[in-house]
Amino acid sequence: MRVMANVSMVMNIDKCIGCHTCTVTCKQTWTNRPGTEYVYFNNVETKPGIGYPKRYEDQEQWHGGWTLDKKGRLQLKAGGRLRKLLSIFYNPDLPTIDDYGDPWTYDYQSVLNAPLGTPNPSAHSISALTGKDMTVQWGSNFEDDLAGAPETALGDPNLKGLEEQVRMEFENVFMFYLPRICEHCLNPSCVASCPSGAMYKREEDGIVLVDQDKCRGWRFCVSGCPYKKVYFNHRTGKAEKCTFCFPRIESGQPTICAETCVGRLRYLGLFLYDADKVLDAAATPDEKDLYQAQLDVFLDPNDPEVEAAAIRDGIPYDWIQAARRSPVYDLAVRHKVALPLHPEYRTLPMVWYVPPLSPVADIVHAQGYDHSDPDRVFATIDSLRIPIDYLANLFTAGDTDLIRSVLRKLTAVRATQRAKQLGLPVDDGLAASVGSTPEDLEDLYRLLAIGKYSDRYVIPPAHAEEAGRLMGQHEQLFCSLDYDGGPGMGGGGPAGPHGISSFQPTGTASAASTFRSNDGHDHFNLLGSTGEAFTAGHTHTHAHQNGAESAVPFWRRKKTPGLAAEAGSA
Amino acid sequence: MNDVSTWAILLWVVLPYAALAIFIVGHIWRWKYDQFGWTSRSTQLQERKMLKWGAPLFHYATFAAIGGHVLGILIPARWVSGIGISEHFYHWFAAIAGNIAAVLVIIGVVVLAARRMFVARVRSATTGVDYLALILLLIIILTGIVPTVVNLFDAYDYRQTVSLWFRGLFSLNPDVSVMTTAPFIYQLHAASAWLIWAVWPFTRLVHAWSYPLWYLWRPYVVFRSRRAKAPSEPGTGGRKWRRIGVPY
Ligand code: HEM
Ligand code: SF4
Ligand code: SF4
Ligand code: SF4
Repeated sequence: MRVMANVSMVMNIDKCIGCHTCTVTCKQTWTNRPGTEYVYFNNVETKPGIGYPKRYEDQEQWHGGWTLDKKGRLQLKAGGRLRKLLSIFYNPDLPTIDDYGDPWTYDYQSVLNAPLGTPNPSAHSISALTGKDMTVQWGSNFEDDLAGAPETALGDPNLKGLEEQVRMEFENVFMFYLPRICEHCLNPSCVASCPSGAMYKREEDGIVLVDQDKCRGWRFCVSGCPYKKVYFNHRTGKAEKCTFCFPRIESGQPTICAETCVGRLRYLGLFLYDADKVLDAAATPDEKDLYQAQLDVFLDPNDPEVEAAAIRDGIPYDWIQAARRSPVYDLAVRHKVALPLHPEYRTLPMVWYVPPLSPVADIVHAQGYDHSDPDRVFATIDSLRIPIDYLANLFTAGDTDLIRSVLRKLTAVRATQRAKQLGLPVDDGLAASVGSTPEDLEDLYRLLAIGKYSDRYVIPPAHAEEAGRLMGQHEQLFCSLDYDGGPGMGGGGPAGPHGISSFQPTGTASAASTFRSNDGHDHFNLLGSTGEAFTAGHTHTHAHQNGAESAVPFWRRKKTPGLAAEAGSA
Repeated sequence: MNDVSTWAILLWVVLPYAALAIFIVGHIWRWKYDQFGWTSRSTQLQERKMLKWGAPLFHYATFAAIGGHVLGILIPARWVSGIGISEHFYHWFAAIAGNIAAVLVIIGVVVLAARRMFVARVRSATTGVDYLALILLLIIILTGIVPTVVNLFDAYDYRQTVSLWFRGLFSLNPDVSVMTTAPFIYQLHAASAWLIWAVWPFTRLVHAWSYPLWYLWRPYVVFRSRRAKAPSEPGTGGRKWRRIGVPY
C-alpha cells in the first residue's frame, strides 16, 4: 500500500441552475488574457448536447484517454509513444478552433463613435484571432437550454443507440446542466501524452498542472485528454489547464468555481488512495467494473492500518483528519450517490457527480403524479429508458442498474424528508430498500440539502513550513500574485544576491508570508491576507481542526450523545 | 591572402565565426531567460488541412537534407572512396536522393509559406522573426536545390571546393579563395545558411533542440513534489523569461 492524497470535487447536478457564474468567475481569475479567449477551465453544458468542443465525448473521433490493447494492457487511445513522436509535426487528433468556436469580440468603437442621430448603430463581431470581421458560428454556450437542439443535440455521443427514441418521444424531452472542470485524474492521459514531460501530477495533493517553462507546444496533451480540459494558448504556443485553483487550495480555501457557485452544489475534500492499485484499476477489463475498481483504489481514512500507512508515507496528520471529514468521500464512498464522469475513459477521474433526479421527477410530475411518492417514482425510474440510459452513458459506462440504485436512494431521501415535514408516517422499510439506514439518509439529506460552507469544503491547508518549497511551483505559472515583493513572494523579502532590493507595490506591505489564523495554526499567505479578513466560513473550516469533538461534521453530530446535548442546549 | 578582398573576408570568415558565436551565446541566453518562449508555437489550432501535408513533408525532407549535408560536407571525399564507393556512384546517389528530398522539401515549404501568407488566422499568429526564418529557409532550400539539379548534367565538384572551405573553418584555417571562385548560387546558399544559424536562437527554430526522445522510456505519468528552488532574479517577477526586445 502506498498512500497518497488527492483533492477532489463532487457536484450535485440537481442543484445546478445553469447560471454560468462558475464559468465567468473562473475565466475572470485565470483566462482573461489574450490567447485564452476560447479557454474555459470551467464550462457548463446543457445535456443532451454535443458539448465543448464539439462532440468531445466521442473518443472514436478524438482518440482521447486510454484503451486496452489486445492483451488487455493499458494503452493511450491515440497510440503508443513512437507513433506520437512520428506524428509530432501534425497531430491527427487535435480539434481546431472551429470545434470550439472562433472567439470574438465586438467593434464597440463604431457604436461609440457613431454620428449623432444614427439609427440603431450596431457593433460588428470581430475575430479575436485575426481582428477581422467575422460571422459568429459557434461558442461554448451555444447549446444553452437546448438551443438548437433539434439540429445539434442528436449528435450527442451519449445518445448512442437512443437517437430513434429521442426523436420519437419528443414530448418526453429532458434536460439538465453539466458543469465541467478538469478531473485531476488519478491516471491522467494528458500527462501520459505529453512528450516533454511538462505536465505532472503533484505528489502532495494530486493536482495536475502544466509547467509553462517546460511545455514545448507539441500539443498532444490537448488531444490526449478525453474531457478536452487542456487548451492550447494560441498566443504563447503553450498548453494551459484548470489549476484546481491551487494557490487557494494550498491556503485551505475552496476553488473559485466552488466558492462562487450559486447553487452551492460543489463539495471539496480529500481522498486517500492506494497509488499501487491505480494502474490495475485503470486496466479493469470490463468498462462497467471501472466504477467499482476506482472505489477500491480509495482508502478508508478511519481504518487504523490506513492511518499508519499514511503516516509512514508522509501524509501530514491534519490531512488524515481532513480526509475523515471529507464530504466527497462521504458522497462517493459512504453513501455511494456520486459517480465518476465517463469512467470508460480509464483516467480514473476525481471530479464526481450526483446524478440528477430532476429529469425523472419532471416526467412523473408531468404525468400528474406526486413526484415524491417513492412507489410512483421508482416505477417511473424503471420504465424511463431514455434518461436512465443516457445518465448511464454519462456516469457508469452504460450500467443502468447503478444509476437506478443512486436515483432510488435520492428519491428515498426526498420521500423521508417530505413525510417528516408533513407529519406523515415514515416508511420504516424505505431506507433498507435502498441499501441504507434512516440515519444515513438523514446525513445524506443534511449534506445535500443544507450543506453549510464548512461542511461542503474541507480543505486542509498546505503546511506553512513548506512555504519556501512551494515558491518553486508558483513561479511556474505566471500568476499575478508573484511579482517581486508581492503576496506570493512573501512580502519584502531579503535583497537578492545582486543587492538590489525588490520592487514593493504599495498597499500590500502588511502581507507577511505566513500568518496565524484564529485557529492558532500558521498558514501560508498567498492572497495577501492579514488573517483578520478571513470570513466566518473560513474560520469554521479551521475550527474543525482544533478539538476532537468539533472534528465531527454537523451532519453526523446527532449520533454523538455529547454533541446532541450541545445542539439541544443551543 | 592579399588577393582576397575585405568583402570576401567578411563573408567567408567573419560571418561564419560571428554566426557561430551568436548561435552559441544566443542559445545559452535564450535557454536561461526565455524558457517560456521556447516552443514550436504550433498553429494547428488555427488551421489543420494544409498543415497536415506541409509540416510532415517539410520536416521529414529537411531531416533527409540535413543528413545529406553531413555526408557531403563533413565527411571528406577520400573517406567515401576509401570504403569503396566510386565517385560516379556517389554523384548519382547524391543527385537522386538529393532531388527526391529537394522536391519534397520544396512542396513542404511552399505549403507552409502559403499557409503563413494566405490563411488569415495563421498570418496573424506570425511574428517578424517567423517571416525572417521562413524567408531564409526558402532561400537556402532554393539555392541548395538548383545546384543539385544542375549537378546532374554538369558536375561542379563542391566537395573539392566549398567543402574544403567549410571544413577549414573548423580547423581555423578556412580557404577563402575557393569560395570567391565558387558559383554565385553556392555563395548565396552558404551565406544564408550561416545567417540562419545567427537568427536561429531568436526564432521558433529552437524547438528543434527539444525533440522529446526521452518520452520513449520515461514513465507515462509524471509526479512532482513541491520542490525547493533557488530564489529568482530580482526584477524578473520570478519569471525565467523576457520577451525579446523588451526592456526589463
Ligand atoms: C528535431 C525535431 C523537430 C520537431 C519535433 C519539430 C516539430 C515541429 C512542430 C510540432 C511544429 C509546429 C507545427 C504546427 O504548426 O503545429 C514545427 C514547425 C516548424 N518547424 Fe519544426 N521540428 C523539428 C525540427 C525542425 C528543423 C530542423 C527545422 C528547420 C530547419 C524546423 C522548422 C520548422 C518551421 C519553419 C516551422 C514552422 C512551420 C509553419 O510555418 O507553420 N523544424 N516543427
Ligand atoms: S481531465 Fe484533467 S487530469 Fe484528466 S486527462 Fe483531462 S486534463 Fe488530464
Ligand atoms: S478549480 Fe479553479 S481553475 Fe479549475 S475550473 Fe474551478 S475556478 Fe477554474
Ligand atoms: S455557478 Fe453553480 S449553479 Fe451556476 S452554473 Fe455553475 S455549477 Fe451551476
